[in-house]
Amino acid sequence: MLKVDNIYVNYGAIKALQNVSFEINTGEIVALIGANGAGKTTILNTISNIVPSVSGKITYEGKDITKTAPHDIVKVGISQVPEGRRVFAKMSVLENLEMGAYTRSDKAEIAADIEKIFQRFPRLNERKKQPAKTLSGGEQQMLAMGRALMSRPKLLLLDEPSMGLAPMLVEQIFQIIQEINKSGTTILLVEQNANMALSIAHRAYVLETGEVVMQGDAKELARSPEVRKAYLGE
Amino acid sequence: MFLQQLINGIALGSVYSLIALGYTMVYGIITLINFAHGEIFMVGAFVGLLLISVAKVNIFFAIIGAMVFCMVLGVVVELVAYRALRKSSRLSALISAIGVSIFLSSLALMVFGADAKGFPDNAFPVTQLHIGNADVSTLQLVIIAVSALLMMGLEFIVQKTKIGKAMRATSEDYNTSALMGINVNRVISFTFALGSALAAAGGVLVGVLFNAVSFNMGLMAGLKAFAAAVLGGIGSIPGAMLGGLLLGVSEVFGVAIGYSSYRDAIAFSILVLVLLLKPTGLLGQKITKKV
Repeated sequence: MLKVDNIYVNYGAIKALQNVSFEINTGEIVALIGANGAGKTTILNTISNIVPSVSGKITYEGKDITKTAPHDIVKVGISQVPEGRRVFAKMSVLENLEMGAYTRSDKAEIAADIEKIFQRFPRLNERKKQPAKTLSGGEQQMLAMGRALMSRPKLLLLDEPSMGLAPMLVEQIFQIIQEINKSGTTILLVEQNANMALSIAHRAYVLETGEVVMQGDAKELARSPEVRKAYLGE
Repeated sequence: MFLQQLINGIALGSVYSLIALGYTMVYGIITLINFAHGEIFMVGAFVGLLLISVAKVNIFFAIIGAMVFCMVLGVVVELVAYRALRKSSRLSALISAIGVSIFLSSLALMVFGADAKGFPDNAFPVTQLHIGNADVSTLQLVIIAVSALLMMGLEFIVQKTKIGKAMRATSEDYNTSALMGINVNRVISFTFALGSALAAAGGVLVGVLFNAVSFNMGLMAGLKAFAAAVLGGIGSIPGAMLGGLLLGVSEVFGVAIGYSSYRDAIAFSILVLVLLLKPTGLLGQKITKKV
């Protein structure tokens, strides 16, 4: 479905990504794990083309999207939940969801999708008129995910959904991620919480200072001594 | 006396508000002080003057014509002078804005000459009304009404329409807005069009009010409107409306109690005072730098 080929990204003189290649197949949950600063977020932002790549190629369903404008990436079916959630703080919960559907013009369908999001996240329904800044961290994460789903993505990019959340909420969020995947959305998951990420992913890539150093079946990676030592705290 | 001055102040202040809105919206979205905005106001006044004196249309069509013309002008200015500098330092864009400002006022000087131009006598029939013990001209009422109408229209666009919501989203978070599929460049062009249209309407109204249109009228009006925007809290739309009214009213009252030679200083003294006490302006919010 998505193929990333030899991507290089620089921030000024700093090499953020070097020769990164990976693939996502339709229906999968693929996890990108690695330490802070390994380049995980940069990969997502390069796919969304908020951060341009110096060289390399990104193909989505056979089409080259390396140079596609960020706002057109949403139209081809890729949606991102950014790191730190980035909800529009001064706008209401409902308006945030409407922004997620910005590329669509089918009003009745949008309203129906908002209802579906409210069924999945009942807390958002209770707070739909409130500015997003009044929501708790967990609710903001739900809003950011709901917002990203509003564009009906085929591929959902999730950046650190567990960040700053209580363990119980993390469990809940990861369960929802699995549900979203089961309902037909392919997922690329970036996580520092490698344990959780590997527990729900089908496959995973391990990133170290801008390079892919390991890859494979998520369950196997979770058992590998190197991964256990470096990322699972053993 | 009090009512009289209050109405004079509101009429003047509502025009400051119209101009201040352009500063605040543009700042809100690309954190640029668009120093050419005062000159857009001046161009709007000239377009209105030409439409009334040459094309002989009435004041309302003159306002609409000036708004449309300046919408296009504002979009072109952003495209030519600011877009390429979006990712460079704010200072470069600011200098480019000052360049546009000098260019537009010099162009007006070249085309229309240095003398202030007046409107034809019958451009707008003015009747004096007596409300209580105040003399109010219908012109002042028209200014207040047109300004109020335009600001309500703006409020509707920003709060209720899709593009208005995209404006608010973009002013909160540029990159995340792009992630939503919002074409950020188009939103920025739209913001310039809106702000310039309001300034143009203000230009025609001020031109008619003082019966004078000149190439350098944008400078002081622009500075005062900028002061109004900062006073209200730059980036805040209700702040610009409030700031403009406050400045207009206090300027008129300052003149009324005998400080007419300090007319222009009043606006800036208030600005300095408010910023000392509340650095974010009256309705402004503290900007936390996003990492």
